[in-house]
Amino acid sequence: MKVDLRNIHKSFGDVHANAGINLVVPGGSIQGILGENGAGKSTLMKVLSGYIHADRGEIYLDDRQIKLESPADAIGQGIGMLHQDPLDFPPMQVIENFLVGRDGGLLSKKRSAIRALKGLQQEFDFSIDPDAYVDSLTVGERQQVEILRLLWLGAGVLILDEPTTGISTQQKEKLFTTLRKLAKQGKTILFVSHKLEEVEELCDRVVVLRQGKLVGEVNPPYDSDQLVELMFGKVIPSGELRSPKFGKSTLQLKDICIEVGRLRIEDVNIEVRAGEVIGLAGMEGSGQNLFLRACAGLIRPVGGQVLIKEQDMTRSNYRAFQRKGVAYMPAARLEEGLVPGLTLTEHFILSEGNKGFFINWEDSRQLAQQRILDFNIRGAASSTVESLSGGNQQRALLALLKTPLALILLEHPTRGLDIESTIYIWRKLKERCLEGTAILFISSDLDEILEYCDRVLVFFSGRISPFLDPSATDVDQLGQLIGGKGWSKVFTSQRNGNVESQTEPVS
Amino acid sequence: MLKAKQNRSLKLDINSRWIKVASPIVAVLLALLFTSLVLIFTGTNPLDAYRQILNGAFGSTGRVSDVTVAWVPLLLATTGLLITFTAGLWNIGIEGQITLGAIFTTGMMRLLQDSSLSPAMIITLSMLAGMVGGALWAGLAGALKTFGGVNEIFGGLGLNFVAMSLTLWLIFGPWKRPGIGSMSGTQPFPQTLWLPTLDTLRVSPWAVILGILAIIVIYLLLRGTYFGLKLKAVGKNIRGAYLLGVPTWQYMMMAFFVCGALAGLAGAVQVTGVYHRLIPSISSGYGYMGLMVAMLVNFNPIWAGFVAFFFASLNIGSIQLPIVLKLDSALAGVLQGALVLAVLMVNGARQRLLRKS
Repeated sequence: MKVDLRNIHKSFGDVHANAGINLVVPGGSIQGILGENGAGKSTLMKVLSGYIHADRGEIYLDDRQIKLESPADAIGQGIGMLHQDPLDFPPMQVIENFLVGRDGGLLSKKRSAIRALKGLQQEFDFSIDPDAYVDSLTVGERQQVEILRLLWLGAGVLILDEPTTGISTQQKEKLFTTLRKLAKQGKTILFVSHKLEEVEELCDRVVVLRQGKLVGEVNPPYDSDQLVELMFGKVIPSGELRSPKFGKSTLQLKDICIEVGRLRIEDVNIEVRAGEVIGLAGMEGSGQNLFLRACAGLIRPVGGQVLIKEQDMTRSNYRAFQRKGVAYMPAARLEEGLVPGLTLTEHFILSEGNKGFFINWEDSRQLAQQRILDFNIRGAASSTVESLSGGNQQRALLALLKTPLALILLEHPTRGLDIESTIYIWRKLKERCLEGTAILFISSDLDEILEYCDRVLVFFSGRISPFLDPSATDVDQLGQLIGGKGWSKVFTSQRNGNVESQTEPVS
Repeated sequence: MLKAKQNRSLKLDINSRWIKVASPIVAVLLALLFTSLVLIFTGTNPLDAYRQILNGAFGSTGRVSDVTVAWVPLLLATTGLLITFTAGLWNIGIEGQITLGAIFTTGMMRLLQDSSLSPAMIITLSMLAGMVGGALWAGLAGALKTFGGVNEIFGGLGLNFVAMSLTLWLIFGPWKRPGIGSMSGTQPFPQTLWLPTLDTLRVSPWAVILGILAIIVIYLLLRGTYFGLKLKAVGKNIRGAYLLGVPTWQYMMMAFFVCGALAGLAGAVQVTGVYHRLIPSISSGYGYMGLMVAMLVNFNPIWAGFVAFFFASLNIGSIQLPIVLKLDSALAGVLQGALVLAVLMVNGARQRLLRKS
């Protein structure tokens, strides 16, 4: 299907998110849409998928003008959108999710849906249990469910908004294979991203948005420098800070066992010292999230001890961990990290804690404005957090962290962010390391792990590797370990060296 | 260019402000239209009925005073509900909490009425007991939710029935009138133990002061304190609030306690200031009505007082209807219900409208 957007305008208050965008995408191709956060990519895609109305402009599908009043209209016309934060129904089963939004008689055709789901899974080599509950799936798996659901609903145009954020490299490869296959079948793919490499690898053509305008259209072979310049208007130097010396023990795990559902992590012995950055790599759902949550008292281990600054915290809850200087930053920003409906000011008041009984609004507003400036958040003190773009929400989360902190635990700290924000956020985090804060973070971006951390832990279905030195390993080795290969080798080669984690293979 | 943009947003502002002002008027008109249709269907002239209601509510000083008598407990219940709604809780159990407030007040007065304490002391202690009773009953609903995983709507509803049965058992059992128990309630307290009223009117200035005080306190609590902000955070996203350092279940329990205490105070006013005894339907449905008021004002304390007064005047005004027009006084309920639905509907429409513009 050929997609033709003509002169799309959309404003939110004073922000002109889309200022007269024209875009033609021929059928059977993968169109990349690049731009930094807040460039207007998501807005444009939401207009095309019926989630928001454009103030002005027309949409043509195969040269036929269409009117989209709702996402249901869009999917009826064959346009399906996969959102950055999956818009599914977590407390429901995969198959129920599948049936929601499907027109049909009173009786849901569950059996035929299961058959269709299995057929599609086979075609694209996915393996998701139709009876599993969605909240037990990883973001990557939820995304797969969504793709299958949209295809099943007959989508001919598939929009993907930052689809590779929060999923593992393997899942990404699978996604790309799937998208190529779909394009060959004649479907039109719109791939929204800020990751140059991915766009260059996958897309047949790329357009770049900046500040609500389409600033360039590029065909392969791509020149990265050109794309970066189109995105930012200037070239960004990448800065790097490394903290060489580590301090006292910040976090110590002794014989920790964690068990949630089918996943079991056994006998973890790890020590993290002040100023260290530890990267946790692994496929989504390999245990790294449980591990990180156990370090914050959000999950109680079934055995072993958790020590923060050499004090036993095994039986404590998250609030006690917080008092010891531990902070947890979840990946699900609006679901877990922030409170939609509250303003930035109100968030800062909450994170700062009580100062008396009454709130001093004037002081709080000033504090909020200062943080907004410090953290380069595009939004006002009185903006509600849900009105911010994803990248700005992430900056807000970062701005909410108190000082000083002993330990920061992050899930995907730069997921969905552009290069500029990523560098910015890591600079802020590294500054904290110099002050003696230890950091543990989960990332599916192996380059990020290799670039920023002092030691790496790899997770594979509940097994944890010994600490790896990022300068002695590379993306290939990490990729293999994540996929479950080469495990015996890391154990033997490091047995006499820096071994602080030993896990018996589960099986 | 910039100026044009400003102009545009200014225009938009005016538009949205205009819509904001107009929408409650539209809602009231819709509700009146619906009620009028119901009246016409029963063969009554709607204008007659409305005139009777107005007359019944404001026709004389005594009637205005009666409206105020109904206003105070309704206002107290509504203020309590503002707290639980802010915390994201549907405290349907408020009826039972009012009832338990009345029971505790009655119990304390029975205990103290023959003591040597001054009447003012007895009344104060009894009303405090009422607040404790309401808070405990609310705490029970809260504990069921927090520790038992029972949704507060079901827990509250169940506890309402228990409270009702408890009242009946007390009236016909341990606290029955000398001789034989009756639906007219327990033996009335001596007039010295009544909340003092103005002259011959039925309204007590003390009750009115309590009601106004309650709404002011709740307004300040929600508007300017850490307590209020944390409740709001819990109500809007409990997981986010927890990670931001709010002790979530403790705050939910506190919301229940505060609401229950205010509901208990409403029950205490019913006993000390209105009925001077425990009667079977001592809560008079003010809890459910309070839920309507809270929804109608969109959980905004400033409007709660006015709307509660309006509802109270509808209730009192419609007492005239059976006498003059042979209509059931339930008409007030029809109008109130229609109003809530109309406002919710108009609000929904307004949001759609604003989103489009």
